[in-house]
Amino acid sequence: MDNEKILNEMMGSSLRVLNRIADSPFVERLGLEDRAQKLVYEGAKRAAETAARAAKRFSPQRAEDRPRRSKKFDLSLTEEQQLMRDTLRRFADDVMQPGARGADDRSSTPDGFLAAFSELGAIAMSVPEVLGGAAERVSAVSQMLIVEDLARGDMGLAYAAVSPLSFVNALVHWGSDAQQSRLLPSLLEGETNAATVAVVEPHPLFDPGAPRTRAKRRGSDYELSGEKSMVALADRAQWFLVAAEVPKVGPRFFLVERDAEGVETLDEPAMGLRSASLGRLKLNKVRVGPDALLGGEAALKAEGKLAYDDGINRARIGWSAMALGTSQALLDYVIPYCNERLAFGEPISHRQAVAFMVADIGIELESMRMLVYRAAGRIDAGLDCGREAYLARTLCSEKAMEIGTNGVQLLGGAGFIKDHPVELWYRQLRSVGVMDGNLLL
Amino acid sequence: MIYLEVPKNLKLVVNQAHQVAKHIFRPISRKYDRAEHDYPKELDMLAALMDGLSAGGGPQGAGVDSLQREDGANGGVRNGGNMTTCLGLTELCWGDVGLALSIPRQGLGNAAIAAVADADQKKRFAGVWAAMAITEPGAGSDSANIRTTARLDGDEWVLNGEKIYVTAGSRADSVVVWATLDRNLGRAAIKSFVVPHGTPGMEVVRLDKKLGIRASDTASITLTDCRIPQNNLLGSSDIEAKTGFGGVMQTFDNTRPVVAGMAVGVARAALEHTRKLLEEEGIEVRYRGPLFAKSAAEAELIRMEADWEAGRLLMLKAAWMADNGIPNSTEASMSKAKAARVANRVTLRCVELCGSVGYSERELLEKWARDSKILDIFEGTQQIQLLIVARRLLGKRSSELR
Repeated sequence: MDNEKILNEMMGSSLRVLNRIADSPFVERLGLEDRAQKLVYEGAKRAAETAARAAKRFSPQRAEDRPRRSKKFDLSLTEEQQLMRDTLRRFADDVMQPGARGADDRSSTPDGFLAAFSELGAIAMSVPEVLGGAAERVSAVSQMLIVEDLARGDMGLAYAAVSPLSFVNALVHWGSDAQQSRLLPSLLEGETNAATVAVVEPHPLFDPGAPRTRAKRRGSDYELSGEKSMVALADRAQWFLVAAEVPKVGPRFFLVERDAEGVETLDEPAMGLRSASLGRLKLNKVRVGPDALLGGEAALKAEGKLAYDDGINRARIGWSAMALGTSQALLDYVIPYCNERLAFGEPISHRQAVAFMVADIGIELESMRMLVYRAAGRIDAGLDCGREAYLARTLCSEKAMEIGTNGVQLLGGAGFIKDHPVELWYRQLRSVGVMDGNLLL
Repeated sequence: MIYLEVPKNLKLVVNQAHQVAKHIFRPISRKYDRAEHDYPKELDMLAALMDGLSAGGGPQGAGVDSLQREDGANGGVRNGGNMTTCLGLTELCWGDVGLALSIPRQGLGNAAIAAVADADQKKRFAGVWAAMAITEPGAGSDSANIRTTARLDGDEWVLNGEKIYVTAGSRADSVVVWATLDRNLGRAAIKSFVVPHGTPGMEVVRLDKKLGIRASDTASITLTDCRIPQNNLLGSSDIEAKTGFGGVMQTFDNTRPVVAGMAVGVARAALEHTRKLLEEEGIEVRYRGPLFAKSAAEAELIRMEADWEAGRLLMLKAAWMADNGIPNSTEASMSKAKAARVANRVTLRCVELCGSVGYSERELLEKWARDSKILDIFEGTQQIQLLIVARRLLGKRSSELR
């Protein structure tokens, strides 16, 4: 193999991706040029550094001699995370919040939305340089922050946006070389309608650790049968990442194409998350080849189980991060409302009955945030996060709904009508305790 | 970089405190709960042990005098004295809250001295065990309304008034007394004074009998023409100065996360023990599968653990901010509000989960459920914390949101 050629290709694809971000008319419209430029500058600098290091070692692998990570308790974001955060917050304020109501009414993700999101470079920043993306290293915290910031804009649209990203993440984490090179390039080039994740099933007490969908072995092929629920972008996805039980092996992820025989999708509008184009995915004896098993043959062994369990954890942290973003939007909304709304001759926020509800929203939101950040931080530190992800989900399921219902309560009758977004957040926040899958950091 | 684990270099302190809690506090925990107002003589040995550790170059201070605010981070992130103290108190209170409050030289007054004393005072009061006297019969949470007065007479302050609920008020060497220089000038005129026991005019008139933390003495103190040197006033005597009431109140930004830590400790004790007792009944906690497909007892243990983690992490956050020079009034109050209410709920629920075993004096569960209540009251009640948080979030002054 010609090392130089690999290096050039690697740098080339990183720069291509970065360039797309820099060129985006969308970025310009949002006035994000300076941030995007910095992102591009940092990305390019890193690509060059990586290439230089790799050249020195005659290895195209990512260098392993990165500075040792701080092992101190730390709540600060990296510069890259802060840049992405600034960008996404602007996007959430300027694009998502204004578009949320209409998309909810139409129960559909607006056509241009996914393209606009893709131009921000979140997918590129989630794929490592060696796989053609622009990420120095893949970080669960970064992914978690993306979800939080998008859900501050709108949880339904956020769900739509992160579904292709979840599919990409699964490929990056556990895909075989062949699967990565087959599917990642088109996703990186912006075919954002391409993919989604289908884990949740339509029955009470659903357990992602024991899906009813089966993947029976037929020679070297698999035959998938079952039903998936609340699948984002079900109306348009070309690829589904499906969780299915392989008899005598356990649950695994499969890559299923929309065009395969036996695949059917139906609309499934729900209480909230409507703007994600929710749908049922029906799999009726869908025959797929051995290359459809995520991770390939190796996934049948213990590492496949580890990957699947990891996937469950990453979904739990993801939905908990959704709760953070939407709860933050709610808190940011009720504060000025309670300060401006007068009753009995003064702002209602001057009454403890009101003010204490606001304080409790703040306290419980920060509580949730700490648990979610910790779980994600453990992934990045290479620590097991099963317990932490479970506890984060448990707390967020309960407190997010409490925040949702108190948000409506604080606005009173105004909270119940659609002139204000709190009724929408109320419906969205109910999903946190329901969704246990379909998303992947 | 987001990393919310206890750093390895603090684990030494945590482990030391845990050993003290396990081998010194737990064995005598019930004894001094029953023998309220007896002095736990075992604590003298503990004080000697702690002094020996720090003299021997042991780990950095875990005591209240290391609760100092850092002036901005130089050279990266710090995990310093605030975090260490919080974690240390968590462990000690896992052992026994009342005994932890009775450790010599670790009084709240010491925290005030560490926070507002000048260099000369720090030297003079080094090694002193100082209690803190704020509350009066007519002023609790409303601490700007205290009536104890301080009048300068020559080069001495003359103090008059009555203080109640003074933790370690009879056992400490000194009491830091809050008093006003002029009742008409409101909170700006409130200053704190170090009054050594034995000063004529200061008298312990009563020891309270309590619901919990019975190992800790809670004293009522009267001050009658009590004269102390002029330079026993902590900080500046200037009424306009910012080191006045605000300065003293700032002590709370450092001590509230510590109280949160105490709550985290006692709640963990109850959770761990309940879990052990329930395991013997075949209830095992597993962090997988739907919460609603579990037994009610297992699900409740998990819910409590999630809430408990929230209190613990909020405490660490507030301490981390203090260690890194980031203003943390809101976060300090959040941590105290959350950790304390969770500790109270968790310890009470654990009694209920264990049935008559939890209610019986044969176990410590019922004691923890009594001890935990004070944590949601002292250093600012739950409601005071909510007021502080609400004012900060809503941008309200205390005259608007009262």
